[in-house]
Amino acid sequence: MYAVQMRGIVKRFGEVLANDHIDFNLLQGEIHALLGENGAGKTTLMRILYGLYHSDEGEITVNGKFSKILSPKDAIQMGIGMVTQHFTLVPTLSVAENLALSEESGFTLNPVVIQKNVAEASQRFGIQVKPGALVRYLSVGEQQRVEILKALYHNARVLILDEPTAVLVPQEVEVLFEALERFRKDGLSVIFISHKLNEVMTVCDRITVLRDGRVVGTVEKTATTQTELACMMVGRENFGVSRQGERSQGEVMLQVENLGARDKKGLLALKQISFSVRAGEIFGIAGVSGNGQTELSQVLAGTLKPSGGKYWVGGKDMTRADPAQLSCVGVGRIAEDRHASLVGELTVAENIALEYLDEFVNNGVLDRTRIRKNADKLISEYQIKASADDCIRTLSGGNMQKVILARTLSRQPVVVIASQPTRGLDVGATDYVRGKLLEQRDRGAAVLLLSEDLDEIMALADRIAVIYEGQIMGIIPANEATKEQLGLMMSGTASVTHDQAQEVESA
Amino acid sequence: MPKYRIERAPAPIWMRTFIPIAAIVVTFIITSILVIWAKANPLEAYYQFLISPLSNKVSAIEVLVKSTPLLLTGAAVAFAFSSGYWNIGAEGQLYAGAIMGAWLGMVLKEVSPFLGIPLMLAGGFLAGMLWALPPAVLKVKLNVDEVVTTLLLNSVILFLVSYFLNGPWRDPVSMWPQSPEIAHGTVFFKLIPRSRLHFGFIVAVVVIFIEWFVLARTAFGLRMRAVGLGKEAARFAGVNVNRTMLSAALISGGIAGLAGVGEIAGIHFHLIEAISDGLGYTGIIIATLGALNPLGIGLAALFIGLIDTGAQSVSRALGVPIYLGNVVQATLLLVTLAMFILQNYRIKRV
Repeated sequence: MYAVQMRGIVKRFGEVLANDHIDFNLLQGEIHALLGENGAGKTTLMRILYGLYHSDEGEITVNGKFSKILSPKDAIQMGIGMVTQHFTLVPTLSVAENLALSEESGFTLNPVVIQKNVAEASQRFGIQVKPGALVRYLSVGEQQRVEILKALYHNARVLILDEPTAVLVPQEVEVLFEALERFRKDGLSVIFISHKLNEVMTVCDRITVLRDGRVVGTVEKTATTQTELACMMVGRENFGVSRQGERSQGEVMLQVENLGARDKKGLLALKQISFSVRAGEIFGIAGVSGNGQTELSQVLAGTLKPSGGKYWVGGKDMTRADPAQLSCVGVGRIAEDRHASLVGELTVAENIALEYLDEFVNNGVLDRTRIRKNADKLISEYQIKASADDCIRTLSGGNMQKVILARTLSRQPVVVIASQPTRGLDVGATDYVRGKLLEQRDRGAAVLLLSEDLDEIMALADRIAVIYEGQIMGIIPANEATKEQLGLMMSGTASVTHDQAQEVESA
Repeated sequence: MPKYRIERAPAPIWMRTFIPIAAIVVTFIITSILVIWAKANPLEAYYQFLISPLSNKVSAIEVLVKSTPLLLTGAAVAFAFSSGYWNIGAEGQLYAGAIMGAWLGMVLKEVSPFLGIPLMLAGGFLAGMLWALPPAVLKVKLNVDEVVTTLLLNSVILFLVSYFLNGPWRDPVSMWPQSPEIAHGTVFFKLIPRSRLHFGFIVAVVVIFIEWFVLARTAFGLRMRAVGLGKEAARFAGVNVNRTMLSAALISGGIAGLAGVGEIAGIHFHLIEAISDGLGYTGIIIATLGALNPLGIGLAALFIGLIDTGAQSVSRALGVPIYLGNVVQATLLLVTLAMFILQNYRIKRV
């Protein structure tokens, strides 16, 4: 018997198809993982189930009954509870008060009674919380338990957890997994959204993999491996860029040594990373998202200060350099978040001029003809479908990316750092971006390509490094790499030993 | 029963130009309730508000007099806001300029106007910058919320003024809490004889023009706007976000300081506690009404100046409280803000 059935779910955000005819079945009493990269459509699908979004097409049945879920209130009534990544607790209220908040019973509130009720519920579901404690003094893990208890308190039989482990320390993860096991025994169904392979394999019964808004497949845990899942997550159709034969390579232009960095939560996201990129090669860094790629690209873009280690550009120590200094020595940067590298409310021409503004200025006054001419030239050169005076925010994702490419690549950078350069782009724009990166390599630039798309890495890179939990698992030449081997490394189950890596490096 | 749904859809450009006019109409409809309550005829009241001040030369000049400090505080606030620095402290920075003006007026006894007036302007600008400095440094160094710090410093400087006026600067003859009259050479000359319109108005218009030029035509202005509209993107493109914000904050304070000097050297000729009465806060209204565009700010300041003058004539002619002018200003701000948001939506029948 299915606890939840979703059929043919379609959800569009403007031009973006976030969910493309998704079918999803949840059995009674199973823990079902929803696995996929950032932007694969996992959270969107679950927000539809919880009534936070409305699907454009498709239908949902809960316990066999066709259901229209228009708001979280409807979902709660049908026994569906969701713990989102951002908690919805009132920090200044106690745990018991937070749970009583969403109850609709009478006018008065007896603090003794609600504390007793919550303590009872805590006992019954086996979730340790302190009913009288103020939420703002609780750790993130404790707050998450309160959220889960809140859902169960409202008689949830289906529990949706959106990346629950992302905020937890390892010990708390253990506690969470024990609780999930208990829920399964009690016949509850759990949907576990994640992009971490090892967790999914530890705790889930079945796994549905999403990619680009579509279901790649649903597999039993016992019938799959971490490597297969990794391939399902990151694979994409092959595309029309062909690799050239072996090439002679130049000097080391970018050298990274023992680089470390902390993420926003203060945890070590990069651990002693070392590699080097030569002129005229594309060095690819593959890996499942959230393994330190973001931090690495931010450090190399000068927007995040490293916690240790050094890096050199053309022999010059740039470890503490700011973005302006990096532009100066010829480091072209393509960030993974387009919206954080272009100012949406400024025009195409202004955005293009911004990075090298001093060249478009006479005594501090903008040379508007030169800015305009430069923009017009790059717009035709890079086939940007916009005019120089258009606001960036009115452009499509592909055209925004072309603006960034135009701004950075037209300066003939010696090092190009491209972070997820094709994420969210359509096929045409994707091919265009890839072609431009190859052009840079042929011109003699040292290109560092960070991508979650394994096919992209395999098609473009000359050497491939795999990053897992902030560490490089190994570096192998692209012509020796197989998808299986890379998949094993991406899931953290295999690594090329240091010796091998060095051999390759010196070869 | 037909159902309606609100959806996000920006209004077409032609409609946006009507927003200020629509805001004024809506404001007058809302505030006419109060006018009727005060037992006056709304149409007559709004005639007094908007038309009567412009109907004779004396009060038309008075509109410009009232607009002078507002042009400056509006420009000051808009300059900081353009770079994403929320300076709520124009009021305090204005007082800092006024204190400096009063002090210079005391010490520059026999100065010639050719030296005295430039010194007053420079001193006022500097004093405003100084008062704006601590919150700006705290913002860029420690990320302390500037809304709180600039706002609180407004109260602090009032105590400072009170100290000067009740202590060292107290008028020795009358014992009133006001500073001695400033030296002749530091007084702003009149633009029109026997009116209150003074040199400060020209300063204000020039400042508005310079601000437009800086924001629209210079590299510094483009960097400021980039920081204000997309801090992360600006940083990524190599803009020094902290330095840009700090400069914008200090210049903003300086412009507000000019407003204080103008009130001392052009209107009052000595420092009193009530020299501003909220000019700095009204600057926030003006900057918002003008959508941070210097030319829009110019119009907004003149309009608020008109309402201020009109409020006096309404109260004289119809016997309604003079505070009606404040209510109209406040309502206009709220209506305009609401319209800025509402213009992004439309109601659709489903």
